[in-house]
Amino acid sequence: MAIVTLFGVAVVVFLLLRVAPGDPVAMMIAPGASAHDIAELRARYGLDQPLLVQFGIWLDGILHGNFGISISLRRNVLELLTERLPATLELAIVACALAVLLGGATAIAGTLIRRTRGEAVIDAVNGLMLAVPDFVWALAFVLVLGVLWPVLPLSGRSDPSVDAALSTHFYLFESLITGRFGIARDTAAHMVMPALALALPLAAVIIRILKEALSEAMIQDYVLVARVKGMTELRLVAGEALRNAVGPTLALTGVQFTFLIGGTVIVERIFAYPGIGSMAIDAVINRDLPLIQGLVLVFGALFVLINLAIDAGVAALNPRLRHG
Amino acid sequence: MAEALLDAPTPIATSRPADRNRIRALLAQPKVVFAGGFILFLIMLAVFAPLIAPRDPLEQDLLAGTLPPMGFTGAEPGFVLGTDDLGRDVLSRLIFGTRIALIVAFVASALAALLGTLLGLFAGYFRGATDAAVSRLVEIWMAFPPVLLSILVVAIMGAGVGSVIAAIAIIDWTRFARVVRAETMAQAQADYVVAARVLGFGRLAILFREVLPNVAPVLLALLTLEMGIAVIVEAILSFVGLSVSSDTPTWGGMIAQGRQIIHQAWWVFAAPLAALFATVLAFNQVGDGLRRALDPVMQR
Amino acid sequence: MTAPLLSVSHLSAVSSRDVEGAILRDVSLSVARGEVHGIVGESGAGKSTIVKAILGILPGGIRLTGGAIALEGRDLLALDPDGRRHVLGAEVALIPQDPLTALNPGRRIGAQLTDGMRLWRGLSGAAAEDRALALLHDVQMREPTRVMRAYPHELSGGMRQRVLIAAAFALDPKLVIADEPTTALDVTVQKQILRLIRSLQEQHGTGVIFVTHNLGVVAQICDRATLLYMGRVMEQEATATLLERPRHPYTRALIAACPRYDRPGQDLTPIPADVIAACRAEIASLDPAEASHG
Repeated sequence: MAIVTLFGVAVVVFLLLRVAPGDPVAMMIAPGASAHDIAELRARYGLDQPLLVQFGIWLDGILHGNFGISISLRRNVLELLTERLPATLELAIVACALAVLLGGATAIAGTLIRRTRGEAVIDAVNGLMLAVPDFVWALAFVLVLGVLWPVLPLSGRSDPSVDAALSTHFYLFESLITGRFGIARDTAAHMVMPALALALPLAAVIIRILKEALSEAMIQDYVLVARVKGMTELRLVAGEALRNAVGPTLALTGVQFTFLIGGTVIVERIFAYPGIGSMAIDAVINRDLPLIQGLVLVFGALFVLINLAIDAGVAALNPRLRHG
Repeated sequence: MAEALLDAPTPIATSRPADRNRIRALLAQPKVVFAGGFILFLIMLAVFAPLIAPRDPLEQDLLAGTLPPMGFTGAEPGFVLGTDDLGRDVLSRLIFGTRIALIVAFVASALAALLGTLLGLFAGYFRGATDAAVSRLVEIWMAFPPVLLSILVVAIMGAGVGSVIAAIAIIDWTRFARVVRAETMAQAQADYVVAARVLGFGRLAILFREVLPNVAPVLLALLTLEMGIAVIVEAILSFVGLSVSSDTPTWGGMIAQGRQIIHQAWWVFAAPLAALFATVLAFNQVGDGLRRALDPVMQR
Repeated sequence: MTAPLLSVSHLSAVSSRDVEGAILRDVSLSVARGEVHGIVGESGAGKSTIVKAILGILPGGIRLTGGAIALEGRDLLALDPDGRRHVLGAEVALIPQDPLTALNPGRRIGAQLTDGMRLWRGLSGAAAEDRALALLHDVQMREPTRVMRAYPHELSGGMRQRVLIAAAFALDPKLVIADEPTTALDVTVQKQILRLIRSLQEQHGTGVIFVTHNLGVVAQICDRATLLYMGRVMEQEATATLLERPRHPYTRALIAACPRYDRPGQDLTPIPADVIAACRAEIASLDPAEASHG
């Protein structure tokens, strides 16, 4: 199933780009180039072959780890991807963690104070959060935390000196593991705004669904039994109800995690964050066919992987499924 | 966004509440009345923009560049929200910007709804190979980051309102297809559909006369939510520089321009952002209100 | 004579939603140490309201308007939530009605059996586990080590009820409240469960409140019983007296309405309408303020 989806993604992007009017080579040649030069360039990128042959060559290359050469950056696509993907992965992982922590804590707090004015406030704020997309959050952060009250860096991933100091492209994770907290702090500061912008819409959905699942669980008999055992309210919510609410919540919010990956495209652009998202926009604008194809395939793979992970998570969280 | 919450099909109403009750339930929500009023206000602004806007949105006055909004030192009367670096009136550009935003919101979401509903109805009702094909297509579509796909479509078709609308329809039909498919599957099991089948009605007749009206409430709520999403996508494409030509004022274009001069004139950035925020919120609240009012379960 | 284990005195309650007015009217009962006290009545008679009032878990719509509940002389109604938590946790236990929903589906049986011991006895993991195994043995559970690791859905209804009974007696509580613990079970399992509760209760010298709508169950397990109708005590007697020499017409009617296993095929006798009318009239006469509602 996952392979079929990925193959479909490859076919769609390939066709979309080939049926498009306009010649990708046109923008990379100097004015006054001869027809011969153009033909040579087209031949170099395989653009003179029939469609099916082009697709076959590309697919064969990918299966052998060869994603082609970027037209606009004139570099190996796989190299570019391995350079940029870690930045996006770090951002997405941090955003997911923020969303789960924020959403989980708020849903638990809302359940603890249910039927009070505090819960009404949480619901009202969450109603607003559900309406605001990552793009608007990101711009609002730029305005408020970047300009009006400038406490956070507005763009980039780190101080330029960092790049040379690290051996992988996972700046945050590597610096944390190797104990270089100065670098970690700098990278984290750059990550706060984009990660929050990505996290808040996901957190909003988690709050809504988890809170509903929790209040459903809180009226079950087993919570009553646990209450008579003398457990504290916090333990009833976080110990008894939560473990039965998380699975259904994950199943219902799964699609939202994939939205977060898609959101990195525009959010990275807004903060000039050097991941695959911002690179993708440039690649499209430059009609860089090999790079676009490689990027879309990576996004498709992430989508498929997340769905597999969520299915596995839902199954692991349900004891009925766990024991076959 | 709240759209994930719509994925689960609503339990079938054995008796549909009278339409009048639904409207009453809708208007009983102050949020909905307020948000709906705001959308009407936006429509008025868009239609009568030349009469309402204090100035020509394209008129440059380099001597009156980056004037702050009223209430800040250096503000000049007549420029309520200040001016941008070319001396153009921010308020007037904001008012004219509602035109593109609303055109895209209404047309693009209608097209996305049309496409998605048809595919969703067929998949949910005929099942089998049709369903497999549509479901697979939806899954492939969802594997694309929507922003990337929309930029791709616009890049291929060339910048312009038409491309933006096409891009949104091409991308967001999946939202409708998914929900309508699930809803249709649920409705197709209902007694009234079985009864119609026993009476010998054709499959298409049943689909459009019996199933579609019962799917319509969910569809209407989804459509309203989609309008808010369309406004955002248009703003994103303008922000990236792929929407309409830079002559026509758009919120996204203003935001992109304001981002360049944000340290000199933050209001050029803030004003369209606030408009965008309020508009998205309004569509969302109306959509959510519709969902509550039309959902037989939530009415209890 | 010292204070009884549990005394409920003159307890009254109203429901905000119920047009009938009071749902408990001046209910008094007491449970001695080592005694099994039945609370009997039809659904809606107020059995579960009494239980919930004792446990302090009345739903929002029900309000106590008077009376007192004391455990060994301590006023339960005056306790703050934390104090109530301590009393409930260590001294009072509940055997719930439906074993299928009363165990957390997401936690292993072992964890659910031992958490009370960890919480109130401060037992370590290994010690609590040993004690839990002994408890499972006491409730005649086969393969107790396997059950400890199992999730609730892997056990039958009867097995789950045994687990819940084991959990109820785990801390050697002073009072166990059994809320129709056999209603959801097969008739054959019912008898085993009743015998089990009785033997554990005798072994530990525990006071038990046994809620049921079934006089047959009362005959099997209870020392004394309180008969409720519409929130009012109709009769309160030792079981033998209650069943053999019922004084109240309602009691007599209930006994007549009981299905008799020794006379299969005989039609069930509904409670005669004149008895119901008499009960209502009696309640109205005892409580003039309620007369207008009845």
